[in-house]
Amino acid sequence: MLLFLILPIINTVSTSAGGLGEAITTAETVNAILTSFFAAYLATLITFFFGVPLAYTLARHEFKGKSLVDAVIDLPILIPHNAAGISLLMLLGPRSLIGGGFSSLGVSFVDTIFGVVAAMVFVSSPFMIRSAEEAFKSVNPELEKVARSLGASTFNAFKNVTFPLAFRGILTGCLLTWARSISEFGAVVVLAYYPKTAAVHLYDVFVNWGLSAAAPITALLIILAVTIFTVIKLITAKPLKPSFS
Amino acid sequence: MSIKIENLSKKWVNFAIKNINLEINRGEYFVILGPTGAGKTLLLELIAGFYTPDTGKIIIDTVDVTSFPPEKRRLGYVPQNYMLFPHMTVEENVEFGLKMHGFSRLKRKKMVDEVLELAGLSKLRSRLPETLSGGEKQKTALARALIIKPKILLLDEPLSALDVNTQKKLREELKKLHENLNITTIHVTHNHSEAYFLAEKLAIMKDGTIIQKGSPDEVFYKPKNNFVASFVGFENLFDGKIVERHGNLVVVDIGNIKVEAVTSLEAEKCTLGVRPDDIIILESPSKSSMRNLLKGKISNFISMGSIVNLTVKVKEKSFMVLITKRSFEEMNLQKGKEVYIAFKASSVHVM
Repeated sequence: MLLFLILPIINTVSTSAGGLGEAITTAETVNAILTSFFAAYLATLITFFFGVPLAYTLARHEFKGKSLVDAVIDLPILIPHNAAGISLLMLLGPRSLIGGGFSSLGVSFVDTIFGVVAAMVFVSSPFMIRSAEEAFKSVNPELEKVARSLGASTFNAFKNVTFPLAFRGILTGCLLTWARSISEFGAVVVLAYYPKTAAVHLYDVFVNWGLSAAAPITALLIILAVTIFTVIKLITAKPLKPSFS
Repeated sequence: MSIKIENLSKKWVNFAIKNINLEINRGEYFVILGPTGAGKTLLLELIAGFYTPDTGKIIIDTVDVTSFPPEKRRLGYVPQNYMLFPHMTVEENVEFGLKMHGFSRLKRKKMVDEVLELAGLSKLRSRLPETLSGGEKQKTALARALIIKPKILLLDEPLSALDVNTQKKLREELKKLHENLNITTIHVTHNHSEAYFLAEKLAIMKDGTIIQKGSPDEVFYKPKNNFVASFVGFENLFDGKIVERHGNLVVVDIGNIKVEAVTSLEAEKCTLGVRPDDIIILESPSKSSMRNLLKGKISNFISMGSIVNLTVKVKEKSFMVLITKRSFEEMNLQKGKEVYIAFKASSVHVM
């Protein structure tokens, strides 16, 4: 199994090494990679701010309709991503109620960075929510009670006790969300073909110029993703003591 | 501070705290004793403010705090297993409450230094909880709770996670601490000897209600009903009928067995309770001041280290008797051997 996972990557990188120099210096490729990283960063930020409170609610509270909420969170993993793109287009397109409302405020989702981010948020949010939920579940709620008895408000108990203890799990959620966002193609290509992300650009090159032109870009993307992911993993693997004040 | 709990009730899905009434005086060490599942911890958590009761009031001194959130009650809470913040050092754990109450950095440092010194934790100040022993964790949890100068100290099974020797040591330290600080304390436990040793007043709790409250002697030696009697160690309980009275000395028939007891109970029907450690074993009948001497046969025995738990069958009734292993061996006791059991009339509790 491991071989099946690693061989295509090794094969692509080794056979395309010669064209890497050209791929790095092509402005279109560099712009597409930067667009992907920036949009994935924004998507992770948005998912963090809205997903973490939802994850905390799911981990700590029982309420009517919780199983329905659970199912909704997993939906983006279940449906094909081009279908997700079409659904988002129908919801956020200029002729829809919500999309029209945003258009009147000067925010369009079709073929803009907002569209790219929206598609990324949609497909990657389950990774953030589930990671954070598990992280919160692993923190004993009794610790919050003790913090409250010592004078901490609900928010301060969360900020000083629960969040630091769940931090590593949440960080993992951020990494997975970012990585999933970078790799998204199906939803992005339907909602926002432009500005081209790395995945869309790669598809574009492959369709128009063939495999030999797409391979070095593929190798570059793989190297970048693995390098960044490894660096972040190494940083977060160090003993971590978040500050609390 | 004193605390008054009036008609406190709270319903959960499968459990309810029912109509609790307690009055705990300023500086009193009050123990709530009960078996697992009695609702002791939930009662403590209601007092701490983690849940809002369905009915009733919690009054601290003269202030009704029933609707106050935990952070506004200023109660010191030490939960089971201490729940030290695992990502904070001993010093940071102890300092936490002061930070939350807005004390300046300088003041915090001074107070933490003092408390760590008093608790003998100074050398451990930079250690994380996972590196501490059970006793050290307990001291840290107490220091963390006490540094905010709480109005009342709430202790939930504070000694249950410790080995027997540490339990005994820390039990004495708790007593000393209470004598020094004179802080009103509510201590929840299922351990009889812990309750008896520490309590100035205690309450027995079962199925979400208080069954009996009073001084330790009142509860342990004058239990109100069969549950309390059996819970506090009256393992020999028999229903009977008073058939003779000679002032306070009565003769009770417990089914072809006559037992003499001292009581002022006026009712005819009653229940007798005798503690296993109040009964002695004799190889042959001999005259003594003990009013009750019964012939029986050993039907079972269980060795519990230095103590042996004997079951002696007297006619149809079984009496539990505790004797030392040494006596058991010296008397050459064994299953089926005929013996005599003897106990004082004043050792018999009549309910």
